[in-house]
Amino acid sequence: MLTIAGRKFRSRLFGGTGKFSSPEVMKEALAASGCEMVTVALRRVDLNNPADDIMSVLDRDRYLFLPNTSGARDAGEAIRLARLARASGGGEWLKLEVTPDPRTLLPDPIETFKATEELVREGFKVLPYINADPILALRLQDAGAVAVMPLGSPIGTNQGVLTRFQIEIIIAQAQVPVIVDAGLGAPSHVAEAMEMGADAVLVNTAIAVAGDPVRMARAFAMAVEAGRIAYEAGLGAVSKDAAPSSPEDGLGFLR
Amino acid sequence: MKVFCNGEAQEIAPGMLVADYITQLGLDASSVVVECDGKILTREEYGSHALQDGSVLELIRFVGGG
Repeated sequence: MLTIAGRKFRSRLFGGTGKFSSPEVMKEALAASGCEMVTVALRRVDLNNPADDIMSVLDRDRYLFLPNTSGARDAGEAIRLARLARASGGGEWLKLEVTPDPRTLLPDPIETFKATEELVREGFKVLPYINADPILALRLQDAGAVAVMPLGSPIGTNQGVLTRFQIEIIIAQAQVPVIVDAGLGAPSHVAEAMEMGADAVLVNTAIAVAGDPVRMARAFAMAVEAGRIAYEAGLGAVSKDAAPSSPEDGLGFLR
Repeated sequence: MKVFCNGEAQEIAPGMLVADYITQLGLDASSVVVECDGKILTREEYGSHALQDGSVLELIRFVGGG
């Protein structure tokens, strides 16, 4: 079973709550995914639509909330969002996200590190969203991050695990759980990440924008489980040269 | 008197409490967090914190996100 900061998770799939066509579809898809932790964002209340409240459809007893700091462009903005999340009753868990460039949404490693140091001091359980940088992952772990969240590919791109080589190193080195986040666009992508030994994956866009988000959530859940079982079972070695699956002996009668 | 809430100027009764202002907007106090003049208020403070003329308020809540 996966343990992060002392909390146990049966499911190794974490869900996002953005981009769903309706709160009802989101609720049903999250249930189908089996996930136990979901990300949420913080934004200004729309004063013209005060009843628009995601909290009214999400069961806090069922899902651990992982507020994110999406929209933050530097450490200061991320810290402000984190404090607001905690004051909103979001608890201590935090997906730290600092993305200064709206075109790539790639995370700023220096600002992310600075914010991690401060937020750990303030008692947050920090899960930083990072580029797949093995050295940065270790530095954040040493700074007190309870997990690291390297990206497979840029947010919302559905391109899969383009950072395989670096993520393999992160998994080999990290003492804290490694959650592959962002860009995982198909069940095969999460299966790949889990086969590599990732502790968990976070998926939002690929489920939310699917033709049938509820069925897609189930497909992702199955792929996460398949990938994890394969990792635990131990994959066969990869080889350049062919090796026959059938016996080489006993062919004397042919020639 | 005037306050600035989520970037909009709003005319309100002098000395209005944050709790009453939230209710007047049709919001459930348990679903929003209030930052008043750069300081985050705790839920307990909503019932005692009086707004000042020119106060800058940010009303924030959780929304869907990844």
